[in-house]
Amino acid sequence: MLEFGNEIKCELLGKFIIENEYDIVTVRQTIRQFAKDAGMGIVDQTRITTAVSELFRNMYNYAGGGEVLIERGEVENHNALIVTCIDKGPGIENLELAMSDGFTSGMGMGYGLPGAKRLVDRFEILSKVNEGTSVRIMKWK
Amino acid sequence: MNLHEKRIPIIKIHDYLIVPIQVDMHDKMAIQLQSQILEEIARTRAKGVLIDISVLEMVDSFIGRMLSGMASMAAIMDTSVVIVGMQPAVAITLVELGLEMPGVDTALNMEKGMEMLERKLNNRKNNSV
Repeated sequence: MLEFGNEIKCELLGKFIIENEYDIVTVRQTIRQFAKDAGMGIVDQTRITTAVSELFRNMYNYAGGGEVLIERGEVENHNALIVTCIDKGPGIENLELAMSDGFTSGMGMGYGLPGAKRLVDRFEILSKVNEGTSVRIMKWK
Repeated sequence: MNLHEKRIPIIKIHDYLIVPIQVDMHDKMAIQLQSQILEEIARTRAKGVLIDISVLEMVDSFIGRMLSGMASMAAIMDTSVVIVGMQPAVAITLVELGLEMPGVDTALNMEKGMEMLERKLNNRKNNSV
């Protein structure tokens, strides 16, 4: 399991498992609620909900599911909502390629990663072939 | 809310089908809806389809692709599709996500969508005479 450093002081808001399509819907709705509670406007709520929907779908389609951590933390003097998606799937061979616009995977759909990245304030990704992929995104007002 | 049981209605009014999407769809549901609409087009010989997404709080790449795929498939079946009521936040997010929806007609609300379909049908009639 690939983990990010814990240099950011976080408060854990929730921990969820994505293992089917219903989980994708329920957890993205939960994240919208957290974004609303954090005082984000409707556009930012929609941005983070859409970004996580792309990430959850990747976990489900390519890794058979994974784990989601939702946290709140101080990042660059912002009160950030932090979502970490961890899977133990096949990993991404060429991260640079997967992060470039217009890249499509074998399923002809791409990972939606560059799109998701544009929707949030910070986007980090770790991936290792045969070990898995972890993506951490942060959004603030 | 039980996600497993929700069904999206397809309502026929005169030559049109009206599809109000009022649930947060998972992927399988979106694919099912696509084939249900195509079956209804074939069964009712509808000339136009209005898909109302005004209560959708999010359209991600999958649902976006489903909607634009829907429009192309319907066009092959000689039917026009208009997507109505997209929320501003959804439109902003779709563009930032980088999802283009080529060939998809949109209208602000149901009434404008209906007018758009009628115009299209009239144009087609005039062209074929």
